[in-house]
Amino acid sequence: MGNKILVLLEQRNGQIKKPSLEAAKSAFDLSAKLSCEFETAVIGNEIDNLESIGNYGVTKVKHFKNSELLNYSPSAYSKILSKYAKETGASIIIVSNTSLGKDLAPRLAAVLDAGLAMDCISLEVTNNEIVATRPIYAGKVLLDVKLNSSVKIFTLRPNVFSAAKLNDAKAEVSVVNVDNPDLSTKVVEIKKSEGKIDVAQAEIIVAGGRGMKSREHFQLIDELSQLLGAASGASRAVVDAGWRPHSEQVGQTGKTVSPTLYIALGISGAIQHLAGMRSSKFIVAVNKDKDAPIFQISDYGIVGDVFEIVPVMIEEIKKIKS
Amino acid sequence: MKIAVCVSHVPDTAAKINIKDDGKGIDKTGVTYVVNPYDEFAIEEALKTKEKFGGDTVAISLGGEANKETLRKALAMGIDNAVLLKDDSQRDSLSVAKALADEIKSQNFELVFFGKQSVDFDNSVTGQLTAELLGYNCISVVVDFKLEGNKIIAEREIEGGKEVVETILPAVITTQKGLNEPRYASLKGIMAAKKKVIEEKPASSANNFVEVVTMKRPAPKQAGKIIGTDASAVPELIRLLHEEAKVI
Ligand SMILES: Cc1cc2nc3c(=O)[nH]c(=O)nc-3n(C[C@H](O)[C@H](O)[C@H](O)COP(=O)(O)OP(=O)(O)OC[C@H]3O[C@@H](n4cnc5c(N)ncnc54)[C@H](O)[C@@H]3O)c2cc1C
Ligand SMILES: Nc1ncnc2c1ncn2[C@@H]1O[C@H](COP(=O)(O)O)[C@@H](O)[C@H]1O
Repeated sequence: MGNKILVLLEQRNGQIKKPSLEAAKSAFDLSAKLSCEFETAVIGNEIDNLESIGNYGVTKVKHFKNSELLNYSPSAYSKILSKYAKETGASIIIVSNTSLGKDLAPRLAAVLDAGLAMDCISLEVTNNEIVATRPIYAGKVLLDVKLNSSVKIFTLRPNVFSAAKLNDAKAEVSVVNVDNPDLSTKVVEIKKSEGKIDVAQAEIIVAGGRGMKSREHFQLIDELSQLLGAASGASRAVVDAGWRPHSEQVGQTGKTVSPTLYIALGISGAIQHLAGMRSSKFIVAVNKDKDAPIFQISDYGIVGDVFEIVPVMIEEIKKIKS
Repeated sequence: MKIAVCVSHVPDTAAKINIKDDGKGIDKTGVTYVVNPYDEFAIEEALKTKEKFGGDTVAISLGGEANKETLRKALAMGIDNAVLLKDDSQRDSLSVAKALADEIKSQNFELVFFGKQSVDFDNSVTGQLTAELLGYNCISVVVDFKLEGNKIIAEREIEGGKEVVETILPAVITTQKGLNEPRYASLKGIMAAKKKVIEEKPASSANNFVEVVTMKRPAPKQAGKIIGTDASAVPELIRLLHEEAKVI
C-alpha cells in the first residue's frame, strides 16, 4: 500500500513555529523520494498567514480551530490529531521535537499503535523505506532505525533540517471548527521567562561556565548575548551554584541545543555538557586551560582569561554592529 | 493513595560507551549502571506525595536481574515496595509502556511518576505512552507539582518559559530537574532495603516496532583552530565569525 505523510505544524500565539517549517520542508523532500502525497494539520485559533506555509512545498493544510485551543492541550491535540490521522490514512507522521512535539508524538503513537523514532537528525530513504538517525547515550552514539509498524512517527530535532523556501506558492487552507475539544488536560497559563530568548530556540548561544567565577560576572555573558541577539546559557556547575536558573542549563540534564553559533566561556566541556550542544553548527571556546576538552569540538578557540577576552569581544562586536 | 514510580537502570552518564561488533547494541562490560538520574526526581516526588497525603508507594522497573539494583536504591530512599517486570530482551518504548501499563492497571495506581527521559536511548516518551494506553491524564517535563483533592496543577518546562497545566487523577507525571532535591538514602533505609523482597514477574509480551539497523560513532569533529592566547586574538576571531563563517 502507498504511503501518505501527515505533518503536524505547531503554532504559538497564532504564529507557525520555525521547526514546523523544517518539518514541512522535510516532508516535501520525503514525499518526492517516496512518491507519495503529504498533507499538514495545525491546531489553534487565529493563525497568521497560514497560506504562506505553501512556500515550503505544502499544498494543503487543515486548520482545526477553536478559541479554547489557543494554548496547548495534550488531551485535545491527541484526540483531534489521532482521529484525523486515521481518517486520512496517514502512514508517516512528522512532528518537530519541541516541548510540544515531544509530549504529543508518544500520545499519538499509543493511540495509533505506531512505532516512534524521536529526535531524528536525518531521514534517509533506501528501498522505499525510511532509515532514521537519532543520537543516543547523550550523543555518544548515533542509532539508525527502521520502523516496522503500519503507522510510523518521526520527530525532528529543531534547527538540523533545512527550512529553505521553495517558492512563493500559497497553501490551500481548510478550516474545521472543533466542537467541545477534550480539555481534560489543558494549559491554563504560560509563564514567559522575562524578555529572554530561550536556549532551546536561539540561533546563537553565549554560555558561561564555572570559569566565570561568580553570579555578578554573568553580566558579561548577558551583555554579549544581547549584542548578538543571542540566548544566555550555562553549564550545570553554574546552575548548581545558583548563579543562573535551570532553564538556561545546556547539557544532558538541561537542554539539547543546536544553534548556528555556540560560544562557550569558561566551560570545561564535560561529556554531559557536550551532550547538549555538540550538534551546534559553529562552536567557539574561550578557556584558560589549553587542554580543556571543549577545544576538541570547537571550530575556533582562544586559550586565555575570559575576563580579559570577553570585554574585547564586546568591543569588537559593537564595531561590526555599528 | 496508591502511587507508583517507574524507574530505569542506565549506564552512568560519564561511562564510555562502546558499540558491539555487530553494531546492534553496546558492550556492557566495564560499564557502571545507575538509577536513571531523572527517576530520582520521580522517586522523591512520590515520597513527598505520600508524606503529605498518606498511601502506598511502589517502584516498578522492566528489565533484567540487574535492574534490581535500581529498585533497591528506590527502596533505600523510602519507597515501600518494588516490582521487577522481568525481561532480558531489548524492547522499544511502546512495548515497555504496554507492559508497564498492564502492571499499573492490575494494581490500580492513581498517580504514577516517571522520569522525563531515560539517559540511555534518550526517548522521553515512556510516561506519555503509558498514560495514553491507560487512559490516564498526563503532564510531562514537570518542574512544579501540586495536588489538591483529585486536581493537579503542574508547571512544565517549554521553550522560553513554563506552561501551567491542570488536570485530574488518575494521572502520569514525568519529572524534570528543578522539581525537587532527591534525598539521600539513609543508612537505616539502605539496611531496610536489603531485607525487602523485590517481587518478580514476567513482563507481558508486546511487539517491537523499532528495528535497530546499526549503531555508529558520530564522526569525530576536527579539533578547531586556536586563534591565540590572549585578548589580541579577539579581532581575528570576530573577523572569522563575521566574514568567513558568516555567523554573526
Ligand atoms: C548525571 C549528570 C548529569 C549532568 N548534566 C550536565 C548538564 O546537563 N550540563 C552540564 O553542563 N553539566 C552536566 N553535568 C556536570 C558535568 O559533569 C560538569 O561537572 C559540568 O559541566 C562542569 O561545568 P563547568 O564546565 O562550568 O565547570 P568546570 O568543569 O569547573 O570548568 C570550568 C572551566 O573554566 C576554566 N576557567 C577557569 N577560570 C577561567 C578564566 N578566568 N578564564 C577562562 N577560563 C577559565 C577552567 O579551565 C575550566 O575548564 C552532569 C553531571 C552528571 C553526573
Ligand atoms: N524499562 C523501564 N522500566 C521502568 N520504567 C522505565 C523503563 N524505561 C523507561 N522508564 C521510565 O520512563 C521514563 C522515560 O524514559 P524514556 O522514554 O525511555 O526516555 C524514565 O525516566 C523512566 O521513568
